[in-house]
Amino acid sequence: MSFIAKPKVANPGLPKNELGLNRRDYEGGMSTLCAGCGHDSVTAAIVQACFELALPPQSVVKLSGIGCSSKTTAYFVSGGHGFNSVHGRMPSVATGANAANRHLRYIGVSGDGDSLSIGVGQLAHAIRRNVDMVYILENNGVYGLTKGQFSASADLGSKSKKGVANEDQPIDPVLLSLALGATFVARSFSGDKEQLVPLIKAGLAHKGFAMIDVLSPCVTFNDHEGSTKSYAYVREHSETPVAADYIAPKQEIRVQYAPGETISVPMHDGSSVVLRKLNPDYDPTNRARAAAYVQERALRNEYVTGLIYVDRRRGDFHDRQGTAAEALNAVPFERLCPGAGKLGKILQSFR
Amino acid sequence: MPERHKTAAARVNDFTVKFANVNGSGSASANALVMKAIFRMGVPVVGKNFFPSNIQGLPTWYEIRVTREAWRARAGRVDVMVAMNAETYARDAKEVAPGGCLLYDSTWPRSSLLARDDIRTCGVPFAQLCNEQFEGARARTLMKNIMYAGTLAALIDLDLEVIRGLLAETYAKKPALVDSNMKAIEVGYRWAREHFDCPLTTRIERMDATRGHVMIDGNTAAALGCLYAGATVGAWYPITPSTSLMDAFRGFCAKHRTDPQTGRRDYVVVQAEDELAAIGVVIGAMWNGARAFTPTSGPGISLMEEFIGLAYYAEVPAVIFDVQRVGPSTGMPTRTQQCDLLACAYASHGDTRHVMLFPDSPEECFTMAVQAFDLAERLQTPVFVLLDLDIGMNDWMAPEFRWDDAWRPDRGKMLTPEQIEGLAKFQRYQDPDGDGIPYRTLPGISPKASYFTRGSGHSKFGAYTEDSAEYQEVLDRLTRKFRTAARLVPAPAVDGRGAAVAIVSLGSCDGAVREALAALRRSGLAIDYLRLRGFPFGAEVEEFLATHQTVFVVEQNRDAQLRSLLTIETAADKAKLRSILHYNGLPMSADCIVEGINRALDRGVAA
Repeated sequence: MSFIAKPKVANPGLPKNELGLNRRDYEGGMSTLCAGCGHDSVTAAIVQACFELALPPQSVVKLSGIGCSSKTTAYFVSGGHGFNSVHGRMPSVATGANAANRHLRYIGVSGDGDSLSIGVGQLAHAIRRNVDMVYILENNGVYGLTKGQFSASADLGSKSKKGVANEDQPIDPVLLSLALGATFVARSFSGDKEQLVPLIKAGLAHKGFAMIDVLSPCVTFNDHEGSTKSYAYVREHSETPVAADYIAPKQEIRVQYAPGETISVPMHDGSSVVLRKLNPDYDPTNRARAAAYVQERALRNEYVTGLIYVDRRRGDFHDRQGTAAEALNAVPFERLCPGAGKLGKILQSFR
Repeated sequence: MPERHKTAAARVNDFTVKFANVNGSGSASANALVMKAIFRMGVPVVGKNFFPSNIQGLPTWYEIRVTREAWRARAGRVDVMVAMNAETYARDAKEVAPGGCLLYDSTWPRSSLLARDDIRTCGVPFAQLCNEQFEGARARTLMKNIMYAGTLAALIDLDLEVIRGLLAETYAKKPALVDSNMKAIEVGYRWAREHFDCPLTTRIERMDATRGHVMIDGNTAAALGCLYAGATVGAWYPITPSTSLMDAFRGFCAKHRTDPQTGRRDYVVVQAEDELAAIGVVIGAMWNGARAFTPTSGPGISLMEEFIGLAYYAEVPAVIFDVQRVGPSTGMPTRTQQCDLLACAYASHGDTRHVMLFPDSPEECFTMAVQAFDLAERLQTPVFVLLDLDIGMNDWMAPEFRWDDAWRPDRGKMLTPEQIEGLAKFQRYQDPDGDGIPYRTLPGISPKASYFTRGSGHSKFGAYTEDSAEYQEVLDRLTRKFRTAARLVPAPAVDGRGAAVAIVSLGSCDGAVREALAALRRSGLAIDYLRLRGFPFGAEVEEFLATHQTVFVVEQNRDAQLRSLLTIETAADKAKLRSILHYNGLPMSADCIVEGINRALDRGVAA
């Protein structure tokens, strides 16, 4: 069998969450990605976030398209159903799954090829619909499985492993999401777990579409000198105007924040996200200003990271549809079928 | 002064009225009014709409066949032409059968070159009468249509009280419109009575042959089937001629799935960005336990193919209504064909084969829509319901649909939480029952039930694999499952046994085939008929093909797709399958079948 099951040997001393589960209970199969791949760190951050939130594993639904990034849904929360769909089309599958049962947690994992080339249309429309899901875009600027072609997020002038410079305009998923009206937009770096874990937790608590663009270097094809998606480059060129701390519903705020430097954003599930302003001029609730800021920094070759924009007011897909509170897949048939008596009445209008 | 009465054979309750109009002028409601009035007088009718892919200003025709024997196809002749479009007048006048009648607007002079002395020509100054009776350009245009309905009522002897009743129902909330429409009807009616011998010998006589029937189109019937089957998620991208299916579903749901107090909706309709997304939504929803469907047409099927292959291989149920239109490419979007048979049967790359249902009428659109969801869930695979524009958009007389309140959806092999708890370990793609159908679980139930769905190579345990034997084992089981499907799809409808010659056909050909069959049998030919209702073909189809020497395969496409499918999927000898093909985009009439078979048998060559 070419599938490698991950041996489950848990240290009895590992901390447990409210459900009595430890972090390893949120892991999945063994990764087959290259050693040092940024995506594996993202997987670890997702595991940590789900563990800390004490999500029942079966409440997590993992969805992906095709590509290196899309493989990672097999590497976390083995107790949740996973769906590795077709290239660039995960957003529609997620939309359908969410339509059927609005009460599960939908985590979509995609890459820059899957999301910004073949799948840019579906991504755009899932954002427009504000489907309640976390969309993690593992962004490395390169096609890994087909060995090193530029992706649509490759920066102007960024060099391939063979030294060729990219001359096409990049698509920045953060700017794209802001333009399309996404209600939660964040960027992080696979090498910055301290930042990434709270962002994923906040994204899961957010009701609506949460885009998290994670710069996640490809050690094999895009981690060299001249690349703008390498570990070294991203570390040196990140700027975080706002840090996000996730506060669980009943958790007391232990960190002391200086007044005027924080914004507390209550989430629908009773938790809150405390935004710490590292740049006093930044306002993460102003979409136009956020977009301008990201663009200005990009001109200075800087990636803006952290929680870039959040909008709690706009209802999600189901709010606008007016869907029943229970999952549609659990509505009893008796309520769905009008029955023989009504059929006669309906047909009367066709006499 | 009454016009000279032309001699013609009396055609009581057996004739065709054709209306030549300009689209966007409001003629549809006038034509529907005439058809409904005939239906309410107890006389069977068939309505066929020949409309352009356009919003306003192009020629459009509507044909009503009055048929006391309740035939369901076009007659292939026109007895009364209502020629309201000057642009097409010449060809419309030519189309009237000798002895027939032509009604036209005589407000403007008509070229004497267009006169025919073998038909009766009735000129009514509709535009002038409307200008005298009504104010405003819009009202005058609309009322001109209603007025010709009044004239026609006098000519073919429609009951004005029936028309009044229909108008009262249509405009129940706007009584003023009942009066103005009725006024137009009466003006047209009176003018005809004053100037022509009324009624014609081609006319309506009350019958009692429509009791217990409705006039309905297949798209509406299919939408009703989705409602009754418990579908909760509909996803689509607007495309002619399938759009009215989702419109109807949404309408039914607004009324029957919405809580009147809270407005809570027990359904979701997603207007997707394209057909790729529409089928993706359906797959996601059905994977997650909701009954979901998408209506589309040929171009949509082309776009959905990759996803359909995923659903086949990963074994996710899906229901797809393909309301076929004329291809290839954009083709003629408002014309009918059965040209997606092969595209649906083998949709997607790799080894894929799909379950298909072939309704022949609105009542089967209703029952097969319900069946499609059961089959999709039972077999865990995409199911295509193949309508065409003729069934989907035209009004057919159908017996009132029945519903059994004891019916419950067949969710197939879906494990309950209790069954899951009793399992040592859940494995997704095993075949414990030997029918090729594995067990599935829904997300959210239990961590023990989780599995990974993928379109990449997988083993029977549900794990990723590149191992040849493991891959092949799953693929072979899918073949077993397809054999099971052949036992579950609806059996063919067979008419007659023991003849050497037979017809095999499907879908909307049925009306024309049945009429042809009656004519051929009257002429002394012993001929049997099998109408396919589902794919894969079962033992009954094999046996029928084996026991007939010559089988005429009647279908509506150029390339004999059904014949190809029969050749590929049955043991039938290719040489004895002969094609009768009709693919000009208009609904079939019986004569092309009768002529095709007579020619082939007389000459002894394939048609």
